[in-house]
Amino acid sequence: MATKEEIKARKTDIGPPHYERFLHPIIKENYGKWKYHEILKPGVMVHVSEDEAKIWTVRAASPRLISTDFIRMICELADKYCDGYLRFTSRNNIEFLLADEANIDPLIADLGAADIPVGGIGKSISNIVHTQGWVHCHSAATDASGLVKAVMDELIDHFTKMDMPAKLRIALACCINMCGAVHCSDIAILGLHRTPPKIESHDRLRNICEIPSTVASCPNAAIRPAFIDGKKTVEVDEDRCMYCGNCFTVCPAMPIADPLNDGVSIWVGGKVSNARSAPKFTKLAIPYLPNNPPRWPEVTDAIKNIVGIYIKGARNYERLGEWAERIGWPKFFDLTGIKFTKYHIDDFKYAGTTYRRTTQIRG
Amino acid sequence: MSDSKTPLLDELEKGPWPSFVKEIKKAASKNEKAKDLLGQLELSYKDKKTHWKHGGIVGVRGYGGGVIGRFSDVGEQFPAAAHFHTIRVNQPSGWYYTTDALRQLCDIWDKYGSGLTNMHGSTGDAVFLGAGTDELEDIFCELSAAEWDLGGSGSDVRTPSCCLGPSRCEFACYDTMALTYDLTMTYQDELHRPLFPYKWKFKMAGCPNDCVASIARADFSVIGTWRDDIRIDQDAVAKYAKAGLDIRFDVTRKCPTKCMKWDGTKLEIDNSECVRCMHCINVMPKALRPGTDTGATLLIGAKAPIVQGAILSSVLVPFMKIEPPYEKLKELVEKIWEFWDDHGVARERVGELIQRVGLGNFLEGIGVPPSPQMITQPRDNPYIFYEEYYEEEDEKGGEE
Repeated sequence: MATKEEIKARKTDIGPPHYERFLHPIIKENYGKWKYHEILKPGVMVHVSEDEAKIWTVRAASPRLISTDFIRMICELADKYCDGYLRFTSRNNIEFLLADEANIDPLIADLGAADIPVGGIGKSISNIVHTQGWVHCHSAATDASGLVKAVMDELIDHFTKMDMPAKLRIALACCINMCGAVHCSDIAILGLHRTPPKIESHDRLRNICEIPSTVASCPNAAIRPAFIDGKKTVEVDEDRCMYCGNCFTVCPAMPIADPLNDGVSIWVGGKVSNARSAPKFTKLAIPYLPNNPPRWPEVTDAIKNIVGIYIKGARNYERLGEWAERIGWPKFFDLTGIKFTKYHIDDFKYAGTTYRRTTQIRG
Repeated sequence: MSDSKTPLLDELEKGPWPSFVKEIKKAASKNEKAKDLLGQLELSYKDKKTHWKHGGIVGVRGYGGGVIGRFSDVGEQFPAAAHFHTIRVNQPSGWYYTTDALRQLCDIWDKYGSGLTNMHGSTGDAVFLGAGTDELEDIFCELSAAEWDLGGSGSDVRTPSCCLGPSRCEFACYDTMALTYDLTMTYQDELHRPLFPYKWKFKMAGCPNDCVASIARADFSVIGTWRDDIRIDQDAVAKYAKAGLDIRFDVTRKCPTKCMKWDGTKLEIDNSECVRCMHCINVMPKALRPGTDTGATLLIGAKAPIVQGAILSSVLVPFMKIEPPYEKLKELVEKIWEFWDDHGVARERVGELIQRVGLGNFLEGIGVPPSPQMITQPRDNPYIFYEEYYEEEDEKGGEE
């Protein structure tokens, strides 16, 4: 229990601590004065300031779902080599910030001894941003951490080496609510429910769910109030359901999980950077692969295939989507051997903008 | 045969990538909550489905966000994981920490929770996974005593986040970390007490490379750019060429507006044609730098698919200087909130509202004049709803 003093000290709306408290002295002194950077080897770069000051960065992998033991372990390394300063990246990597170049190799050796790979900078595959999955989400159609682990075990060499045509960003979301922004990644792994929620017992629903909030939870007005056996409940218009699971969020008597039908789809060719071409969405490559834990072999094979064909075909600095657009989508399906189906053709609001309205077709 | 209780998850301890299963097991060796989480997850792997439900609002006194309720649907089998809530702790700008600060968070979390975390959640918070309902107030008291606060959840300002900006990147065109801290502090009430039609995300990116996916994920995207000339060090360009870079193929031909020329000795840029995409600067960071008249492009409306489809942010202000106290930027944000409050329906992100009412009407509502930088092309259909036309009296020289 919190002590009386702590409860008395309870402050609200104080916001996060100011970041200046956490900046390495070299970073504080050269804030806004950086001149250039150079990637020295996989996972290692140096930033040089106008005053020729230098800070070295070693980027290391993390499973993101980490124990306090793991955090304490990386803190020990940061105390030993980085004067007690470190940071995390937007893709959940750990960055060690070093004032002394001589500490780079000993740090990498210690990370190696702790089974933590170093890499993810430059023309490589960086960490996979992902959601909670079965570890901690109620609407997950697949697991997140397990799939990420299975995929990265296969792609590890592209994390620890810089052997890609350009950077390749993979993201995973365990349902279409997409807590992870998979709609703009080079490759997206997206969990999908494929069947509407089931109401196993209307009596249970009545007892544990509020009918108005359950009706209101549906973004597509597929849930309506109904009377069954003279008692109030809800019914689902199955044609309108898009399997988002929002009703299950407010009403646990409407589970959407369906082990027989839930699975994974693969999307490709998105990017967020404005470099060269404009930011773009991912496009559907594979509509459905089964959930096959613990290692999802169908998913890892599909991704390895796409990555391999991309590496062979893309030009220097060409992101996956830029490559696919240059060669044309028919060739993408041809080269990857992925079957093109009616599901690949958009049928939502602006579908017509994606139909080819020219006779310009490659032979 | 192994007598392990988690044969499926044990498979994921193997292989070169760091294992989350090892992490859960480390926590489980000294914590009942983590132990039951491990058991429940193994069951999910066996059943191929989740065993969590949402079902119930939980939180701390005075806050409407920051804690997300999570309950097990097999709580009898795994009682220590029956209540397993998420606590979002507002991260420091740029995800910088000292080891002392991280250990302080670990100490608090080890005392009350499962010992499992996400560093970090998708929006940016440091995430504690697995707090019991009864411990929430205690955890909050200790966090607040140690000068940490909760992040956002629900229909509020979600925890603003940013790239590391000028702290360690030469591309940064404005101070992302300072703006993020300032907005976070200015909008504490909006962050902790959900009052909007739906969520609102701010993301600050220092340059058009957009390392925080602001254009894909933020309702309000602030992306650094510049409006003068790219700075060139010709000697450094020559060094890249000498070191083997094919400048014609890998740089000038990839320029989206073909505004660059390389004759083998000198790189020329027609800056009036440059769209500031960053490609040439990314390839030759020692030779090229953004200009010095820097600021940001403000964009509006990005979101994931639910409900009306995914949207990328679109240009709202082509260029704005970003300097404290950021009055112009905040005035704009507050005008947008007012319009969203008046016209948005429940669970409608601002990007969807704009699609519903039209960008033209939205601009009029927030008092921003339309400009051609906001679109890729003018309208190509004739369905114009004219708001001004002549009446008979006008012909006779009548007054308006």
